[in-house]
Amino acid sequence: MKLKFIEEKIFNGLMILATLTVFAFFGSIIWTVAKTGFPSLTWDMITKLPGGGFYLGKEGGILNAIAGSLIIVFCSTLLGLIISIPIVFYINIYLKKGSKLAYFTRLTFDVLFGIPSIVYGAFGFTIMILLGLKTSLLGGIIVITLLIIPIFIRSMDEVAKSISKDLLDAAYSLGATQLETIRVVLRQIAPGITTATLLSIGRAIGDAAGVMFTAGFTDNIPVSLDQPAATLPLAVFFQLSSPIPEVRNRAYAAALLLTIIVLILSIAGRLIMNRFSKNRIQ
Amino acid sequence: MIWRLFKDKTAKRFMQILTIFSLLTVVLMAWGLYYKSSPIIQANSIKELLTSSEWSPLAGKFGFFSFILSSVYVTALSVAIALPISLLTALYLTENAKSWVKKLVFPVLDILAGIPSVVYGLWGTIIIVPFIADVLGPHFVDYTSGYTVLAGGTVLSVMIIPLLVSLFVEIFSTVPKDFKDASSSLGATRWQTSRLVVLRKAMPGIIAAVVLAVSKAFGETLAVLMVCGNMVKRPESLFDSCYPLPALIANNYGEMLSLPMYESALMFAALVMFVVILFFNAISRIILQRVEKSFKL
Repeated sequence: MKLKFIEEKIFNGLMILATLTVFAFFGSIIWTVAKTGFPSLTWDMITKLPGGGFYLGKEGGILNAIAGSLIIVFCSTLLGLIISIPIVFYINIYLKKGSKLAYFTRLTFDVLFGIPSIVYGAFGFTIMILLGLKTSLLGGIIVITLLIIPIFIRSMDEVAKSISKDLLDAAYSLGATQLETIRVVLRQIAPGITTATLLSIGRAIGDAAGVMFTAGFTDNIPVSLDQPAATLPLAVFFQLSSPIPEVRNRAYAAALLLTIIVLILSIAGRLIMNRFSKNRIQ
Repeated sequence: MIWRLFKDKTAKRFMQILTIFSLLTVVLMAWGLYYKSSPIIQANSIKELLTSSEWSPLAGKFGFFSFILSSVYVTALSVAIALPISLLTALYLTENAKSWVKKLVFPVLDILAGIPSVVYGLWGTIIIVPFIADVLGPHFVDYTSGYTVLAGGTVLSVMIIPLLVSLFVEIFSTVPKDFKDASSSLGATRWQTSRLVVLRKAMPGIIAAVVLAVSKAFGETLAVLMVCGNMVKRPESLFDSCYPLPALIANNYGEMLSLPMYESALMFAALVMFVVILFFNAISRIILQRVEKSFKL
């Protein structure tokens, strides 16, 4: 056999091996989280606040972290949508193709997308000191909003860029102003908005480094914006460092909960993308 | 009629202001971090801060060298592990794989990309750290705790694989099919085509993707914090523990207000990360855009 065919065989094998390695990592992570988490994932865990002696292994749950995470994620996703839809609309509809400002905006958000959450956290912390805020729900929401706006803009822009020009021209020829085409545009980028939202929720709920500085941690459910808020990733992180096995088990359960949420978001995103991409006008 | 035009104009102005204001975030971040770290920059020179490895906040000595070195080691190791795996996987997906394999791999990559870093950290402490301490370590060194450069690099590599593979797949699919056809018609095998045509044509894109992955690994916080051991000293081997920059910030945010200059020092660490990552990201995004353009013509 010629050398090149031997080489081909070897590298085909290596490629399959590499792909299997990725699967192996995936399997190992899911298996580890499921195996350690399921035994401790009880109804009490999800529905109870930490009781007295919770961090010594006594009873209670992580409802504080679940509630904190949900509030932060909900508020910042909403804020993120409100801020990023106009920006995407502006750079795609109002600005001409090849506009310097549009190019620069895209580049900036590409770059901001890569900035790690710990830097956002540190920045958020300086803002909070400037404004005289303590670690609070508001701080967490601000930082997470900043963190997910680039995700929103990048993934919506990806879809908005490919809106057919004919469709816009049709709207203009009927006398619509550029603003009025927003109804057409929104309908066209709806799947993009949905997947962007799911992506952002996933990143927002899993982020710990950003909220560590800004939202703090507490055993209670926050009822106003200036109270600190607990979050799921931090609940995992803090409890995992405990020497008491019961407490560590709760960390495993919280991690499993996080992973399940991420799994659901990811699968839902894929389904929505598949379903809606068929109905688009190219 | 006039009302509609007025609405259009107002909305345009509003969106313009919002867009420009959003661009200022970067400037604001740079300024905010610089402002907060200026006390320490004035007290010590930047060169001294970056090259000294003497770290004792109580004595007011802040040398970041061992943290920077730790970050560099862990990041380099993670890319060294992830790059071959990602390249081969991406080649397999674009050139060889049947469609059912793709349908299986892409969702898996999606999920891997979405798993929070604290879960990666947990996986690292349960699987990777004991493996290094009990199985791998004893072959090479007398004693290792498992919380090492190697553990950090391995966990980070798994975290950047999804990013690398999806970027590579995107880049490889921009290589025109004509090139590949020409290559196979000259008698090249698939692998020869991949190596001599696809990889060569995609080289700028590959470099840009690696730079992006480097900046992601460099800024990753919780996972490395959980598996690196966090000892303030220069790591000498793969089996030494280390203390990357993000871990330093995350670990000490609680007591940073209690010591003079400490807050400023941590903000300086954040500033260093911000500048490095901003620079890396901007460069690689510009390269990636060029790559896309050059193939679309």
